[in-house]
Amino acid sequence: MIAVSDVHHHIGQAQILRDITLTLPAGKITALIGPNGAGKSTLLSLVARLTPLQQGQITVAGLDVQRAPSRELARTMAILPQNVAVFSRLRVRELVAFGRWPHHQGRPGPQDAAKVAAALHDMGLDDLSHRFLDQLSGGQRQRAHLAMALAQDTPWLLLDEPLAALDMAHARALMQTLARLRDSGKSIVMVLHEVNYAAAWADHVVALKAGRVLAHGTPETVFAPDVLGALYDTRLRVIRQDGRPLVLHHL
Amino acid sequence: MTSVGRLPWPGLWLMLALLMVGAVYLLAGLGPRADVVLPLRATRLAGMVVLGVAIAVATVLFQTVSRNRILTPQIMGVDALYILLQTGLVLVLGPVGFATLPVAGKFTLELVVMVLAALALFGTLLGRGSQDVARMILTGVILGILLRSLANLIARLMDPNAFAVVQAESVVSLTRLDAGLLPFAAAVTGLAAGLAVWLAPRLDVAALGRETAVALGLRHDGLVMLALALVAVLVAVATALVGPLTFLGLIVVALARPLAGSARHLPLLITASVLAVLMLVAGQLVFERVLRLQSALPAVLEGAGGVAFLWLLLKGRIR
Amino acid sequence: MIVLRARPLVLMVLALIPLALASLLIGVADLSGAQGGLILSISRWPRTLAVMLTGAALAVAGVVMQELVRNRFVEPGTTGTGEAAALGLLLATLAFPEAGIGTRMIAASLGGLAGTAVFLSLIRHLPPQEVLLIPLTGLIWSGVLGAVVLHIGWQTDLIQLVGIWLMTGEFSGVIAGRYELLWIAGLAAGLALFAADRLAILGLGDGVARGLGLNPEAVMRLGLVIVAVVTAMVMATVGMIPFLGLVVPNIVSRVMGDNLRASLPVTALAGAGLLLTCDIIGRLLIFPYELPVSTVLGVLGAGVFLWLLWRRPGHD
Repeated sequence: MIAVSDVHHHIGQAQILRDITLTLPAGKITALIGPNGAGKSTLLSLVARLTPLQQGQITVAGLDVQRAPSRELARTMAILPQNVAVFSRLRVRELVAFGRWPHHQGRPGPQDAAKVAAALHDMGLDDLSHRFLDQLSGGQRQRAHLAMALAQDTPWLLLDEPLAALDMAHARALMQTLARLRDSGKSIVMVLHEVNYAAAWADHVVALKAGRVLAHGTPETVFAPDVLGALYDTRLRVIRQDGRPLVLHHL
Repeated sequence: MTSVGRLPWPGLWLMLALLMVGAVYLLAGLGPRADVVLPLRATRLAGMVVLGVAIAVATVLFQTVSRNRILTPQIMGVDALYILLQTGLVLVLGPVGFATLPVAGKFTLELVVMVLAALALFGTLLGRGSQDVARMILTGVILGILLRSLANLIARLMDPNAFAVVQAESVVSLTRLDAGLLPFAAAVTGLAAGLAVWLAPRLDVAALGRETAVALGLRHDGLVMLALALVAVLVAVATALVGPLTFLGLIVVALARPLAGSARHLPLLITASVLAVLMLVAGQLVFERVLRLQSALPAVLEGAGGVAFLWLLLKGRIR
Repeated sequence: MIVLRARPLVLMVLALIPLALASLLIGVADLSGAQGGLILSISRWPRTLAVMLTGAALAVAGVVMQELVRNRFVEPGTTGTGEAAALGLLLATLAFPEAGIGTRMIAASLGGLAGTAVFLSLIRHLPPQEVLLIPLTGLIWSGVLGAVVLHIGWQTDLIQLVGIWLMTGEFSGVIAGRYELLWIAGLAAGLALFAADRLAILGLGDGVARGLGLNPEAVMRLGLVIVAVVTAMVMATVGMIPFLGLVVPNIVSRVMGDNLRASLPVTALAGAGLLLTCDIIGRLLIFPYELPVSTVLGVLGAGVFLWLLWRRPGHD
């Protein structure tokens, strides 16, 4: 599990996170939701040790993200950052292969090649694997970076808005892949902008607002109309569809 | 619209200051050999006046045409074009033929070629790059390097030991002022500056942007070409007199804009010119007489100007 | 797969051999005479070797710089590294006129290091989407440093020396015993080959690098040292060679991408090949006189830079 305790974070004068203490369960898909500027990406970035902690403590599978060796952390969690603009002119397969770096440190073996191939296949990139990244569309590039994170083959997978550049078909395919990975024992934490993907696929939801945890728990508890209404400061309706919540907002 | 208008107060103060500094430069510590020293100083002072006016006017015009307040013609490589043309003329006419041409004829020939080449090169560049400012400036800078390298190559093809030529071109010296060229340079600069003053009201309209200017009935593209031609002539004069001064114009015009107290071109042209001459003369006075550093002024001005340019870049003042 | 990857490498080696042979054969002195062997071992072979070492090292340093800055339009000569190394060299020459070559090398390397570090901290303040402001800032920064160096050189009567460093990098003075420092440049570039994966990962961004368990700052420091040492050694031995570190990596990247593990050796060989070609052109154009290789590259490199700048994006 991921344990976050007593985390505060500020950038300049702005307080981004206040007094965050929570645990994220292993073996589940956890969704971080909340309005823009709530601190979702900052929290994920702190967990992934991309941003140094200012106060508090975070452990992932028992590893203190501040103190554990970076290589060991890299074999424990993979991260998809929000901005994945890459200047390098790499082929898709070459990019994905870098996901194996924490495991082989420059001497790839046959099992590394197999993991890369599997990740490419999972993201539907078999036909694109020899193309250069700068020849791809935004969504294809996003999938290439996802495949890189998958190839890292870590117990934990942290994804910052992985659906951002994907169309509906690919978004659904990604969520199915993630559900399958969860069923095989992996733990997934993702920032989601679109609440209905969280409602349909997440096992655990953390709702952040203005740097605080407003609610967290199963989708059923978080997706109550009054909780969601307070979260987004807007009126919405929650119905049930195929046994899961579905949020309707009036456009 | 066409009246000269009242000179704003800062301009007047600047002029008074210039007169005083100029007098001190000429007369202070003349010593017993005044008959020798005075003409020498007068020549140098005149050179600085011509140089200051040429650089100030050229920069103001160039910033209006490129619609960008951190550029000087030299940053965009206009002076390198002049150096290349000069080297090219030596190649075509032969070193002896070039040297035996009368100064006036040689310089006129250079100016004509310079104007044509500058219009062809920078007319296209400024017209083309106006959407992507960073690319336009970078192109100008690299173009400058290319032109300078070409001049270097040609010079060496003619004379494999052309060390001196290359070095002299790249170091500015106010003391190396070419006295033979001065009367002619003064005449050309006066003419070009006068033309710029005459064009000032139209430049005010052009500064509003091409669409607005055309809508107001200005022959915008013609004006831009004319202004560029003046820039080419003035940069040629400045480069021929002392060598490449890349950033002096940037400092002068940046300081002159608030001092001029108006966004209009007439006060700006006058303030910038006076300020440029004042900075050169006062600076030379300090460095030559007080600090006894004969040739440090251009280096100091260029260093400060380069740092100022970097600062403006980092501040995002590129547009 | 391995054969495919090896092919550009083999091609580059095959191209380099006739170039090196030509470089050995071109010159005023007659090799068939009694002194032929001596000329070959004292002058021609050292020169050819020096050119190849310099070309390879500069091309690799260009790649490293581009990965550090994540921008295609930079190289050590356009980011102040070269001018700062010259400044360090100049100051060491003035402060310790008696100092040995070792002191000067260290001064030049430290100068290059400091100049590049200032450049890197400058561009941190630029808006990230304005890609072309980075090379522009670098060019102006190196211009300011260059003006300072020229001025000090002028004031201290070292202008001849400074002129060679900054404007006329060439190999005509290379003989046995006067180029060996370039091996250090070659060694530093070799370090980059070993760190190819790390540098490539750094190019993917700090977040990705950290996520893969790499310390971006450490890789950055390594890259900085490589760039500074290569530049300083070349500066001190033959003077500034402009644009090589920009032109070669860009062209290799267009052909085979940026998987540095595969492309860096090709880049190094291509750098050696291009510099040899330019050196040979410089030696032949006004034979028996010589043009400095930097003059040839100044024209060629600036032209290619303009082409890279204006070629339509997205068609590769």
